[in-house]
Amino acid sequence: MTRTATGVSAEMGSISWRAVGCMALRALGRDWQSGELRVLAAALLIAVASVAAVSFFTDRIQQAMERKASELLGADLVVAASNPIQPALADTALQQGLQTAETLSFRSVVLAGDVTQLTEVKAVGPGYPLRGALQVSDRPFGPPRTVDTIPSPGQVWLDERLLQILGLQAGGTVNLGARAFRVEHVLAYEPDRAGDLFSIAPRLLLNLADIPSTGLVQAGSRVAYRLLLAGEPAALEGFKTWARTRLVAGEKLEGVRDARVELRSALDRAQRFLNLAALVSVILAGVGVAIAARRFAARHWDSVAILRCVGATEALIVRLFVLELLMLAMLAGAAGLLTGYLAQYGLSGVLGSLVSRTELPAPSLWPVLPALATGFVTLLGFGLPPLLRLREVPPLRVLRRDLGPVNPRLLALYGPAVAATLALLIWQAGEWRLALYVCAGVAGTVTVLSLAAWGLVKALNLLRGQVGVAWRFGMANIARRGSGSAVQVVALGLGLMALLMLTLVRTDLLTSWRASLPADAPNHFLINVQTSEVTQVQTFLREHGLHDVELFPMVRGRLTAINGRNVGPEDYQNPRAQRLVAREFNLSWTDTLQEDNRILAGHWWRTGDQGQGVASVETGLAEELGIVLGDTLRFQIAGQDLAAKVTSLRSVEWDSFRANFFVVFPSGVLDAYPATWITSFHLPIDRKPVMAELVRHFPSITVLDVEALMTKVREIMDRVISAVEYVFLFTLAAGLVVLYAAIQATQDERRFESAVLRTLGAQRAVVRQSLLAEFATLGLLAGVLAAAAATVLSYGLATQVFDFPYRWNSWIWLLGGGAGVLGVGLAGLLGARSALAQPPWRALREL
Amino acid sequence: MRVDHNLEAGSGISVASVFASDNPVASAIIQVEDLGKQVISPEGPLIILDAIGFSIARGESVAVVGASGSGKSTLLGLLAGLDTPTHGRVWLAGVDLNRLDEDGRALLRAQRVGFVFQSFQLLTGLTALENVMLPLELAGHADARQQALELLERVGLQARARHYPSQLSGGEQQRVAIARAFAGNPDVLFADEPTGNLDQKTGHRIIDLLFALNREQGATLVLVTHDQELAAYCDRVLELDDGRLRESLAQPSSGA
Repeated sequence: MTRTATGVSAEMGSISWRAVGCMALRALGRDWQSGELRVLAAALLIAVASVAAVSFFTDRIQQAMERKASELLGADLVVAASNPIQPALADTALQQGLQTAETLSFRSVVLAGDVTQLTEVKAVGPGYPLRGALQVSDRPFGPPRTVDTIPSPGQVWLDERLLQILGLQAGGTVNLGARAFRVEHVLAYEPDRAGDLFSIAPRLLLNLADIPSTGLVQAGSRVAYRLLLAGEPAALEGFKTWARTRLVAGEKLEGVRDARVELRSALDRAQRFLNLAALVSVILAGVGVAIAARRFAARHWDSVAILRCVGATEALIVRLFVLELLMLAMLAGAAGLLTGYLAQYGLSGVLGSLVSRTELPAPSLWPVLPALATGFVTLLGFGLPPLLRLREVPPLRVLRRDLGPVNPRLLALYGPAVAATLALLIWQAGEWRLALYVCAGVAGTVTVLSLAAWGLVKALNLLRGQVGVAWRFGMANIARRGSGSAVQVVALGLGLMALLMLTLVRTDLLTSWRASLPADAPNHFLINVQTSEVTQVQTFLREHGLHDVELFPMVRGRLTAINGRNVGPEDYQNPRAQRLVAREFNLSWTDTLQEDNRILAGHWWRTGDQGQGVASVETGLAEELGIVLGDTLRFQIAGQDLAAKVTSLRSVEWDSFRANFFVVFPSGVLDAYPATWITSFHLPIDRKPVMAELVRHFPSITVLDVEALMTKVREIMDRVISAVEYVFLFTLAAGLVVLYAAIQATQDERRFESAVLRTLGAQRAVVRQSLLAEFATLGLLAGVLAAAAATVLSYGLATQVFDFPYRWNSWIWLLGGGAGVLGVGLAGLLGARSALAQPPWRALREL
Repeated sequence: MRVDHNLEAGSGISVASVFASDNPVASAIIQVEDLGKQVISPEGPLIILDAIGFSIARGESVAVVGASGSGKSTLLGLLAGLDTPTHGRVWLAGVDLNRLDEDGRALLRAQRVGFVFQSFQLLTGLTALENVMLPLELAGHADARQQALELLERVGLQARARHYPSQLSGGEQQRVAIARAFAGNPDVLFADEPTGNLDQKTGHRIIDLLFALNREQGATLVLVTHDQELAAYCDRVLELDDGRLRESLAQPSSGA
């Protein structure tokens, strides 16, 4: 219809936006009345609500977890310095409403009777620790209890090791510098005990007020000063911004993220899990909207044809529906935000206590953004393409109902949607890799499912002559719908994949994570074992039920040259690399690769390597220092040079609580150098006295008990897992909605078809059977393919993103296929129940 | 039986035709008594059909005519057991439809009834052949394929057996529908505006085909139409006016 053909059409072509807006509003009301928009709105509402709830809740959980993590820092923020910290910093922090506490630590020799021991001395001021709590006990390895005090003036708390070394009990006396102190308690747990587990000396904790009387801290002493800060996030941010401009050389800010490596890796993983949960919601939202929009558009072909007939231009049609869609988006988006916000509250009430003993921090406002953006992007990306096709509906459809829009170029239509979703995913995930993995998983699934659905069409055409009327009809339905069936299988497949990911794969991933710190992970380290004592220690341990404990030799050495070129801290930009080069690190030798080590490049020792100058380097260290396979390293050990060629790069699980080394040599290279030995093992809590016994037998050996630390780490893991499981519950609901939408999408056709079948004399059982045949076949296909996709995706996630060993799960296939056949089949039957109850004549005339 | 009571209430039924079976009129393939249909509309109850009574003899062809909204199609739905009446009863092939449940009526349709619709109502997922096979299979015929092929040949579409409805013209689709309607030798054929969606020339060809097949098979034809010319083909015309049967005209059997 040309615009100049008649006055009417010219008028309609240039109709004002306001008039179109009114038309769209009326259309919205009408479509809402007739119920067609409700499915679309529901999909959108759930999309926004799920993202909002997930975002609000993860926001709160993340805040709570950062606080939890603050415990391991003893604060939310720390100013660390090598000189006394400018008093202005603490003053300003107080003014800004932050809590403060000061500590300082240094190494000094502690004397008890005639025994001396180099000790890590820490002096703490009132308020310490600002986060977490100290634990003490009355005797070494006795039951710990939490206290909220610090050592009284004139009294000190010693850790178990120091007490054992000094041969003291609580109530004894130690000399520190110029002053004698009474031992008040055994220090069992100190939240912010930092540093390298293997190099730290035993601990003595005293009151900051006693420091001057010891006379130990003088100008030029090596002392680490720390100003602990805690408070509201906004105040902390404000202080951070202010302090950055005021810090002097030697002062630096340390946040939660700079706390221990084990914790950092736990937090990183937690965030990945939570992001994954959010990502799955986003994708499900898109699928839900796409299905609903497709149905909405298909049901508007007739009215669009009539509009076109009476002179509406293509542009008008587009404007009309885009406006209607935007109005819907605003309404559903607002409702979704509200729903999400409320859902988040309800769920925080139920599950918040799992994450935090106190009330969770209030959610910030930023989750509104991703939630709304997700709503609009999914609506426009997934909902718009089918609606845009409405302009292609030929007016002739008024006369010939078989005419519909032409050329459904799915790729061109959904390309923008995929791109928009990818962008959203990257924003949500905060990193490329995870977003790409999820996207690749989805894209792969879509492609595979589409191809498989197409293959099924062909296969079913061969089958249809061979089966009974009900099955033939059901299968013919799938075959005929072609691309429609493919879309439905894809949607069902994605829904099922989400369910599989959220049930089986989630359990697998979380179990793997928990297993990465198993209950029998080593909780005790023995260090400073002399070469002459190795056999005796092993015998002692064996006699006390600790079998197969392997001891590793440890030789301290400094890296002095790579490929003949001398290296020093000044050669590196990275502070960690500078530190690594500046100090000695632990070298070891072994002929067998440790269980948790993997060779990433090169090869492990070959026959004849023993006694040769070859070495295996940890991959992180190699990266940091720019060492590659084949480089020759020169170490200085006990004043002598040793050269070694790098023949392999290894990965090491640093958070496994096993003894591990940056550089390992084969036997026969380091044997001549002075070595001490180290080992770690799991000692059940009820056998702790064995350690006291060990220390009595081997007084020079140091026992490190990391049980308390591991309990903390494990507790954080458990809380993260609770949080993730909660978030996944929500995503699970979204998955179910997508399944429902996918099944609902073809209900109109099915109602018509069952009416015709029944008119021709089919009994309801036959109709039911044909529906079951169709849905069960669809479900089986979708389920099996979803299982395949979930397997591939979880393999990728486990090995590439989360660094877990992947575990093959055969249940996923059974569950996928079974859930597909049963779930989709039953849901399809349930959906058709009303159509079957209705007399066929009514159904025929309504449709 | 309630037959006697019904006879008293019945209109225009010969007492002599009463017999001991369920069916009050032995020679009648369709017997209607005091049939009424009422629906609830936004403006309150709406009477679509009221106090309809007539009978149709075996082999007869009857046209139901009337203006739009007079209740023609509703009556057809009730006669075929596709819908349930508010009151009154219909005997179809000697069976009281009220005494059958939905599946019982479906079984009866499968064995005794064929349909032709204005909008063809072919299943788009099935080929022409499969559409014609459908009622045969539903009625449990073993040689459904062979019979369906023969029927397609009789409507001149044997070459199109493997085409889908979307690949056929309107006239061709209606011929498939006619072949489907006659599949299984139905006693009664219901046709709802069979030419309504077709041009005049095609419509004539369809009507000729319909009546020719009807004569060959000796089936009873009930035809709903607003086309007086088409109605004139039939033995008898029932005219509906605002839900009531105005008159029942007997007319000499006319061929073409």
